[in-house]
Amino acid sequence: MIRFENVGLRYGIGPEILRDVSFHIPERSFQFLTGPSGAGKTSLLRLLFLSLKPTRGNITVFGRDRSTISRHDLPMLRRKIGVVFQDFRLLDHLTTFENVALPLRVRGREEASYKSDVRDLLAWVGLGDRMHVYPPVLSGGEKQRVSIARALIEQPAVLLADEPTGNVDPPLARRLLKLFIELNKLGTAVIIATHDLSLMEQVDSRRMVIHDNRVEIYD
Amino acid sequence: MIEELLRRAGADREKAAKTFRRIMPDGKANPILPATTVSARALTLVVAIMTFLACLTLGAVILVNRTAETWQTQIAREATIQIRPAEGFDMDAALEKAKSLAETFDGITSAKIVDREATARLLEPWLGSGLDLDTLPVPRLVVVTIDPQSPPDFEAISATVARDIPNASFDSHRNWVDRLITMARTTALFGTGIFILVLAATVLTVVFATRGAMAGAGHVIEVLHFVGAQQGFISRQFRHRFFLIGLWGALAGGMLASLLFLALRFWGSANMAAPEADQAAALFGQFSLGLSGYGATLLVILAIASLTGLTSQLTVTAFLQDLHDGETK
Repeated sequence: MIRFENVGLRYGIGPEILRDVSFHIPERSFQFLTGPSGAGKTSLLRLLFLSLKPTRGNITVFGRDRSTISRHDLPMLRRKIGVVFQDFRLLDHLTTFENVALPLRVRGREEASYKSDVRDLLAWVGLGDRMHVYPPVLSGGEKQRVSIARALIEQPAVLLADEPTGNVDPPLARRLLKLFIELNKLGTAVIIATHDLSLMEQVDSRRMVIHDNRVEIYD
Repeated sequence: MIEELLRRAGADREKAAKTFRRIMPDGKANPILPATTVSARALTLVVAIMTFLACLTLGAVILVNRTAETWQTQIAREATIQIRPAEGFDMDAALEKAKSLAETFDGITSAKIVDREATARLLEPWLGSGLDLDTLPVPRLVVVTIDPQSPPDFEAISATVARDIPNASFDSHRNWVDRLITMARTTALFGTGIFILVLAATVLTVVFATRGAMAGAGHVIEVLHFVGAQQGFISRQFRHRFFLIGLWGALAGGMLASLLFLALRFWGSANMAAPEADQAAALFGQFSLGLSGYGATLLVILAIASLTGLTSQLTVTAFLQDLHDGETK
């Protein structure tokens, strides 16, 4: 589904952050992406999310060569990729409910067609009684859960999550992980970037470890 | 699909529905773009001020153009035959002959002798009242009214008058008319130039104010882009919002300018005989923009509102292009 071949990335004229990265993300796969701080996890996620182009090498996403994807084609491909951003990227003038519904709303769907889905998903991530409030009054953990719900609402083909349990307590982290696993069982490929060893120990899955600017795969 | 996910994850949908009914207010969803912000209010004010100035200039140009046209037409409609007195000369007969002669030419609608009283009144500011015209060698006039649509052959009239009536000369006022035409055209050109400058200043101010008001919108554009919104969708949202902001501002400014002209018009009508109103009317004519003037004001309002919307759309496009260029680096 997504394939990296000898991919390298550098910002400007700086050193290569990622070097000779080659891997394949198959459909319905589940993997953790880990490595020390500053190793390039977020940069790798940005490459996967098509918000960066590699300096060298080839990336194939849903059968299309990254270098040939135009600006106009990007939104349609992005709709297949759900992202949980580390900094949440919520809109402060929309309620929790409206933030989660945003991907559906920009596609022109009527509220009646998605209201119950958004409501139930928010209740499941523990924000059932916070649907009507605005992000500025949410805690970090609550914002993170809104961001997760927004990424899941469309059941994307691939889910990229950047430290999705970084701001929540262990029970809620387990609960969110369960949601990711169920999502994966229903056919979504999941890539979770995390430092949290205890989280990784709960699932027997592939691990992608960034070490010395290279990605090592442990199946 | 999400239903299946939630079912498998063990979600309590009944409880979620109850909570939703309890806490979620009924009503319209928030707009995708933030509602009125401080920068949007400032933009409305800037647009209102600049539209007011543009409409005021436009109205002034229309009034000046119309007044210049009126001067020109009034002067061009008249000519005079001047007869100088001489020893033993029958002035009254000469005046009658000049009048009859003038009326024979095509393009002259009427001819009128300026009688003794009227001539004395003309000279009154210089020579005082109670003037006896017989004691002074004062020339007498025949005022000829010209059809401006098909003016007569001035040279033929001039030659005939000089040949047939002793001491008479024909003055077509062409020198004055030419000067007035030049002056009127210069005034109109000057006014149009000022209007173009004000319009250019308005365009630049509105463009920069719109871009300033959008400076904080980068985050919103980025989020919409990342959740898969097409460029057209994002552009439409911004264009619509900023068109409305521009329209409110431009309507306020344009209506204020129109009200000012209406107030001046009523002031002019109410003080028609007063010296200050006469003075203003002599300089600017009646303060009436007419239907075409108000139509032009409406066009300015719509143009400025459209400009605001278009600028926001172009700013979104440029922002997304930068984002894409960043994505390709």
